[in-house]
Amino acid sequence: MTMNMGVGGRGTVSLARRLTYLTLTAVAFFSALPLYYSVVVASRDNAALAAVPPPLIPGGNFFANVSRVFDTVPFALALLNSVLVAGSIALSVMFFSTLAGFAFAKLRFHGRNALLVVTVATMMVPTQLGIIPLYLLMVKLTWTGSMYALIVPALVNAFGVFFMTQYLSRALPTELLEAGRVDGCTTWGLFWHVVVPAARPAAAVLGMLTFMSAWNDYFWPLVVLHPENPTVQVALSTLAAGYVSDYGLSLAGTALGTLPLVIVFALLGRQIIGGIMQGAVKG
Amino acid sequence: MTVRVPAGAAKRHGRVRQGLRRQLVHQLDVKGSPYAYVAPFFLLFCAFGLFPLAYTAWVSLHDWTLLSDVHKFVGLDNFSQLLGDDYFWNATFNTLSIGILSTVPQLLLAIWLAHLLNRPLRAQTLFRVTLLLPNVTSVVAVVVIFSQLFGRDFGLINWVLSWFGLDPIDWQAGTASSHIAISVMILWRWTGYNALLFLAAMQAVPRELYEAATIDGASGYTQLRKITVPMIKPTIVFVVITSTIGAMQILAEPLLFGTYSLTGGPDRQYQTLSLFIYENFTKLDFGYSSAISWMMFLFIVVVVGVNYLLTRRSRGNLT
Repeated sequence: MTMNMGVGGRGTVSLARRLTYLTLTAVAFFSALPLYYSVVVASRDNAALAAVPPPLIPGGNFFANVSRVFDTVPFALALLNSVLVAGSIALSVMFFSTLAGFAFAKLRFHGRNALLVVTVATMMVPTQLGIIPLYLLMVKLTWTGSMYALIVPALVNAFGVFFMTQYLSRALPTELLEAGRVDGCTTWGLFWHVVVPAARPAAAVLGMLTFMSAWNDYFWPLVVLHPENPTVQVALSTLAAGYVSDYGLSLAGTALGTLPLVIVFALLGRQIIGGIMQGAVKG
Repeated sequence: MTVRVPAGAAKRHGRVRQGLRRQLVHQLDVKGSPYAYVAPFFLLFCAFGLFPLAYTAWVSLHDWTLLSDVHKFVGLDNFSQLLGDDYFWNATFNTLSIGILSTVPQLLLAIWLAHLLNRPLRAQTLFRVTLLLPNVTSVVAVVVIFSQLFGRDFGLINWVLSWFGLDPIDWQAGTASSHIAISVMILWRWTGYNALLFLAAMQAVPRELYEAATIDGASGYTQLRKITVPMIKPTIVFVVITSTIGAMQILAEPLLFGTYSLTGGPDRQYQTLSLFIYENFTKLDFGYSSAISWMMFLFIVVVVGVNYLLTRRSRGNLT
């Protein structure tokens, strides 16, 4: 199918086309530039950064800066904590969202539609407003400073439930479930043997998205954790706060905390984008 | 007297009972398990979403600090104190200013980018991946990187401006300049994400509409305005509302831009409402900061409501 979208003649089409590519390339350039420049800064010493014009290519000081990062904040512990927190949240969100998505998409029960509407509506409740009582609650539970305070409130969320509902209602054939019923499967058996295999692709994408947002979560960990037992983002903000002009140091930490995600994203970007766009189609 | 029940009947009776029980279990399974499956979400939301919101209201009516176990009920005192607090109005102004500066260009740019991507292109995936790259970057990283770019003495942006003979700008010092810098950070991080949401919606618009419009000689811009925007209205409403809620809660950007200044710069020139809440939170004045939280919630409801009505009412002429 050919699509001469928008413009009439042949010559102008290719001009419009060229402009489109030019614009998109420029946007891609500006999307990548700050990340690239942070690597440049992270690999320089502070004297080089004070030069005019500023350095535009990476230097050889990256590992020196990195080792200073490990000397300044407990970065290894922070990495470990972040992997633990983001990993458990991702697994749990995948599980409970698939479970709830199954119920909303394929099971019949009273109040199903109303409950689904409520679920979507909860996405509109600004989470930050509850931070004070949430903190008081964590004090009561003696979870301040502990990773429980990050993991437990995030075990499942409305976005995940809605996302899996969307996917399963389209991708899971009802006949398959009926056949399972005839064979004497319980609902739980259906979930385990029919739904989970079918849900795998979407659940993987949801897991990735959840992992990323948990990894990047900043405000709540900052409030509830102690600086000596931080996540990556809390450690990074300590670096940025304590050493005002030491951009080499704080950007080396930033690169360390961001690069793992960027690499994973570069490898799985297509699936992740597909997932976001699937979850986005809504009325 | 004992009644001798024939062995066969007893067996049958037992089988019937067993069958009944199985049916009961089956009924319970079919009727009950859906509720059990959706329960984790609702329980968690009640415990960590709804309860905190309601409890915030309760705390806001008290003179409540962590330092004392006695929380005196003071009615609406916190709120009346708040309404006379210049810092509060300053933070409200900053939040609205940064919110508008970041959200409006961001959404227009996102729609336009989605429009550009919504046609057969080479390297389609590559463009989409780079578009989303900023969103993968953590907010801490974004602000640290941009603080360097916006640096007064050695920043890349002032260096570029100097090509045009402009004097270096002290981005953090001024109200307008700091708001612009913070808005750029938000814009950079979220435009691509929203563009993808728009793109997803645009792909569901029937191709025939565009083909017919092209035959009628409508330009690309006209098609965007008259076909695309009206057709993806629900997504626009959704994105406008989520962006508004996000913009009203901006915290990390001003906090880190000021290298951890809770006041948002020495003159509070970029202290947002969230930052104002956090400032009072760290002073352990929970009653007062809860009152600010509820005022912020009210603002959000009002702003979201206004935005909802505006985007709903404008017919096709959003751009």
